[in-house]
Amino acid sequence: MLDREILLEKMKVSPYKPLKGKIVRAEMVTEKEKFFRIELEEKIALGHEPGQFVMVSIFGFAEAPISIASSPTDKGYFDLVVRNVGVFTNKLHTLEKGDEVGIRGPFGKGFPVDNMFGFDIVIVGGGLGIVPLRSLIHYIMHNRNDFGNVQILLGCKTPKEMLFRDEQKEWMKRAEIKFNCTVDRADPDWKGNVGLITTLIPGVDLNPSRTYGIVVGPPVMYKFVIVKLLEKEIPDHQIIVSLERRMKCGLGKCGHCQIEGVYVCQSGPVFNYAQLKRFKGECHEKAI
Amino acid sequence: MKYATIKKADLGTWIGHLQKKAKLYAPRKKENLYVFRPVKDARDIALKYIPTILPPKKYYFPQHEKLFKFVIDRFKTAKAIAEFEEFILFAVHTCDIAGIQCMDVVFRESPEDPNYLNRKDKMTIVGIECLEYCDRYANCTAMGNHVPRGGYDLMMIELKDAFIIHVNSEKGERLVKGLPYIREAGDDDMRALEEAREKKETVFKNEFAKPLRDVYTSFDNGFAAPVWKDVGRRCVACGNCTAVCPTCYCFDIADDVELDFNAGTRYRVWNSCQMDDFAKVAGGEDFRKGRDQRQRHRYYRKFKYPVDKFNRYFCTGCGRCTRTCMAGISLIETVNALLCEEGMG
Repeated sequence: MLDREILLEKMKVSPYKPLKGKIVRAEMVTEKEKFFRIELEEKIALGHEPGQFVMVSIFGFAEAPISIASSPTDKGYFDLVVRNVGVFTNKLHTLEKGDEVGIRGPFGKGFPVDNMFGFDIVIVGGGLGIVPLRSLIHYIMHNRNDFGNVQILLGCKTPKEMLFRDEQKEWMKRAEIKFNCTVDRADPDWKGNVGLITTLIPGVDLNPSRTYGIVVGPPVMYKFVIVKLLEKEIPDHQIIVSLERRMKCGLGKCGHCQIEGVYVCQSGPVFNYAQLKRFKGECHEKAI
Repeated sequence: MKYATIKKADLGTWIGHLQKKAKLYAPRKKENLYVFRPVKDARDIALKYIPTILPPKKYYFPQHEKLFKFVIDRFKTAKAIAEFEEFILFAVHTCDIAGIQCMDVVFRESPEDPNYLNRKDKMTIVGIECLEYCDRYANCTAMGNHVPRGGYDLMMIELKDAFIIHVNSEKGERLVKGLPYIREAGDDDMRALEEAREKKETVFKNEFAKPLRDVYTSFDNGFAAPVWKDVGRRCVACGNCTAVCPTCYCFDIADDVELDFNAGTRYRVWNSCQMDDFAKVAGGEDFRKGRDQRQRHRYYRKFKYPVDKFNRYFCTGCGRCTRTCMAGISLIETVNALLCEEGMG
């Protein structure tokens, strides 16, 4: 049986029962974020799409939805990067290499990589948005010839909060990916741009009909970035976003992640702007 | 046998027979209201009743439901419930049967929910048709649920000194077959049924100011209507309306740990979209801030979203949300106000 079939078979018995995941690497990567590399029991491949998420369980502390930070092309494990913001993530941060967590998933719809083949890609990430974007960036690096020009624009509050700084150098060098980043507030060592992420977009040279714009960041960032991408005349359905919601079940049932009539855990978390436009008022990421 | 009859005098005997077949739940009086309870004495059953405080969903979608057992160290999971028991829901109103049909659609949609489906498999539904309104809060006629529309195994309709029983499934047939006091309905019985239905037409009238398609249109256009502000201003966010709704199924997932701090149970528990943290994410953003937005969401989840998704209205017309509301928010008034504001009143 394929690993995917094994996963589906287990889901049928109970979609609520997690598989065992073993932490094979754990390290703090910034003051607030911790990196975890996880192997599933019996070395089952998660078989996810870039942009999907898993439900992570710690027994006694229930579950939380976490974006997958690695590409399915990196086989045998998957990565998570978690910010310590609440009771669950606080507990997760105490776990180290060798500890076990429960894993359900992968859930949702990821980035439409098949449709993006042959296109130029502009990736815009803010804050923790780089975490799910890393799954896409690594996927593109692995299949570099299938994509046109690739540019990454990153923004965060301060240089200390910038994730994957070591990897960024490699993205630029090895994969011919154009890279630009900015911080809201610099520190003495910072030599890069200072200012909001939106300031980087006007300078980007692109052919709109041949470009996919991928945006992931905090809710407040979307509307401003989307406006800039629309000014560049990228078509609605080629502007791709990933939305953060409070998934509890991942199965399109519990109601927490719902935007109007849509369950984000099943229909998202990745949407295109044409879909976003149809929301009447509960999608805070929609451009004004 | 498609239609059967039973004399009123024999009903107690039949209920005794059902009790032997499976666990039997039926409505009974509790102070001034009614509740579904396990039947101890057939005489306690209320056949004429205002919709129970909670719909029978507490039996097929329990408020607190075990999902699985776990051990923290070393990591282990196991089934929480080995076997589900057979049960019969007796004297269920047609509005509540519509509620069960709604839940079916939700939990059968892929990915299926085996917890619900396992319970549902063990359930037999014996309905009872209302011949008059329970009270002024019901809007069952508007929703088309004042008459049986499937989803049951047996349906009882009261005639003068007998009940006529519509046999709607094999499961149901097994409960009426081979009993000396239940016989196949004759032409007289069928005529009496038709008369009862005709009489009903004069009693049950659309409770909304306009037909349902106009209600849908007013929801389609009325996302920013003033009525939501008004409802939100009065709402106290207690969550009663969602708890008593036969088609509300939102839940939370949480863990119970035993005193040894190692073994435990993961369970799901009813949750309400009316709670202020329901749609809040870890970063603090709240996607349905304000009671007006949360009430609007509840209404849209009855009259708009499920219609688009499942081709079904998720309001059954039972009237419970109005009956239970501490702030006196009335579903009929809200819908009529929306119709008015959208120029359709």
